[in-house]
Amino acid sequence: MDYNLMREFADSWGLLAMALFFVGCVAFALRPVGRGQADEAARIPLKDD
Amino acid sequence: MKFGTEIVLLSLFAFAALVAAGFGVDEPFRQHMCVLFFAVAGFTAILLRNTDFKPAVPIDRAAYMDGPIRFGAVATVIWGVVGMLVGVVIALQLAYPDLNIEPWFNFGRLRPLHTSGVVFAFGGNALLCTSLYVVQRTCRARLFGGNLAWFVFWGYQLFIVMAATGYLLGITESREYAEPEWYVDLWLTIVWVAYLLLFLGTILKRKEPHIYVANWFYLSFIVTIAMLHVVNNLSMPVSLLGSKSYSAFSGVQDALTQWWYGHNAVGFFLTAGFLGMMYYFVPKQANRPVYSYRLSIIHFWALIFLYIWAGPHHLHYTALPDWAQTLGMVFSIMLWMPSWGGMINGVMTLSGAWDKLRTDPIIRMMVMAIAFYGMSTFEGPMMAIKTVNSLSHYTDWTIGHVHSGALGWVGMISFGAIYFMVPKLWNRERLYSLRLVNWHFWLATLGIVVYAAVMWVSGVMQGLMWREYDEQGFLVYSFAETVAAMHPYYIMRAIGGAMYLSGALIMAWNIAMTIFGYQREEDPMPGSIPALQRARSGAGKWA
Repeated sequence: MDYNLMREFADSWGLLAMALFFVGCVAFALRPVGRGQADEAARIPLKDD
Repeated sequence: MKFGTEIVLLSLFAFAALVAAGFGVDEPFRQHMCVLFFAVAGFTAILLRNTDFKPAVPIDRAAYMDGPIRFGAVATVIWGVVGMLVGVVIALQLAYPDLNIEPWFNFGRLRPLHTSGVVFAFGGNALLCTSLYVVQRTCRARLFGGNLAWFVFWGYQLFIVMAATGYLLGITESREYAEPEWYVDLWLTIVWVAYLLLFLGTILKRKEPHIYVANWFYLSFIVTIAMLHVVNNLSMPVSLLGSKSYSAFSGVQDALTQWWYGHNAVGFFLTAGFLGMMYYFVPKQANRPVYSYRLSIIHFWALIFLYIWAGPHHLHYTALPDWAQTLGMVFSIMLWMPSWGGMINGVMTLSGAWDKLRTDPIIRMMVMAIAFYGMSTFEGPMMAIKTVNSLSHYTDWTIGHVHSGALGWVGMISFGAIYFMVPKLWNRERLYSLRLVNWHFWLATLGIVVYAAVMWVSGVMQGLMWREYDEQGFLVYSFAETVAAMHPYYIMRAIGGAMYLSGALIMAWNIAMTIFGYQREEDPMPGSIPALQRARSGAGKWA
């Protein structure tokens, strides 16, 4: 495994995988059922002292 | 026996340091090991004086472990004052070179002392103590691992002492923000892995099902710093009993490794960690949940996906391949979006409670921190653009940019967190004085404004003088002329820094008095108590 092979992997499949993972994270955060859970999570610091 | 194991292990550690001091192959290493010996032996002596043979008091497993956090808060204040004082000293050294006192206190040795002092000693202790405070309260769980937190705290202080004394003795790897030599790096690796275990263990035993977003930011800071520290410090020591080592990388690879580390130290130490602080302490102080929790999640993922690629912008127009420079520039510009998303999220947390800005100097400090976060994360991407960078690079503009981020964002959010935590940690009803917080706020804010504005002018002037050609293609100014032209700005910069330092001294006084349990008799902040309304007779609506 030399530098060029890694470089090609990084700017093709590696890039695609990371981009999809990121889009997945954003989509997961924005899914409609998430709103209630997010509001609840936002109150976690305020429940304690 | 209290501290039994600790005393035995520390005595062995002190003995090993003494042996190394005797057999060291170079003079700085022997001196450094003497420092280590006295530090560890002194600490052992303190434990010996405090030991007893009474049966151990059972620990309340349900209560939070706040001892190391109290020490951490005090250490944050003390190291902050020390680091900022050294900053003012080196600012004056630049203006008045006679202040360079050979060999220990010249600029070359004091400058890493200042950067490490404020970043790792002040900022690091602030992150350490707030992360342990936040993780317990948002996970509703006591810290994991018994005395592990004490090891992390004291181990980190030993790292700071060894790093700082090493610089003064002239021991350095010359790697930006990573100057300590190999044996100090190894010690920090041990402490950092313990910190990771401590933090992760506490999250794993949490009683709150959801992991609050502040902990995500803290955890990404701990994990990434571990990775950065290990890779950047891969080096081969010349001798096991010597202070010199050589990097595993050479040439441009070494330069890129250093700035991959250096920029991500900014990204994950000075940004992600302190964003964790923002996402807990701003909602707490404002007593409102964060503006948008979902935005905070997107903020997190976008920030950690983009930041790690931005480092090459420190190496524009160098031997680094052009594509790598462009990559660094593009990712730096993209970073503007998550940064501003986070800034908006922080500031808008106050929506509906804007009046607190007028009445609560602590919230004002936090909001000023977020405003400076927004400003420096706008300035940074702009400076990463190659054409701008060709003017700004190597000039004082960069120094001004770093300080608007470090003094404005990192400093102010840490002060806000310390002011919030200390009364709670020592069970005090309130701070010693809110008016002193107000003084601190204004001294710090004006100090940063003076500092940053002066460095902009000086940096742009410096950059323009360097690139000024006459009609025959010769450079107009010699380097020494540009240095002489900056003299008045150097003096003004020292004044700005001294204002910021005096604010920190006021904080130290305020925090000390709060811990000792005093409350200053003072008028409340204007507007914090609603003016009395005249009672109206027959006003049934109000009855």
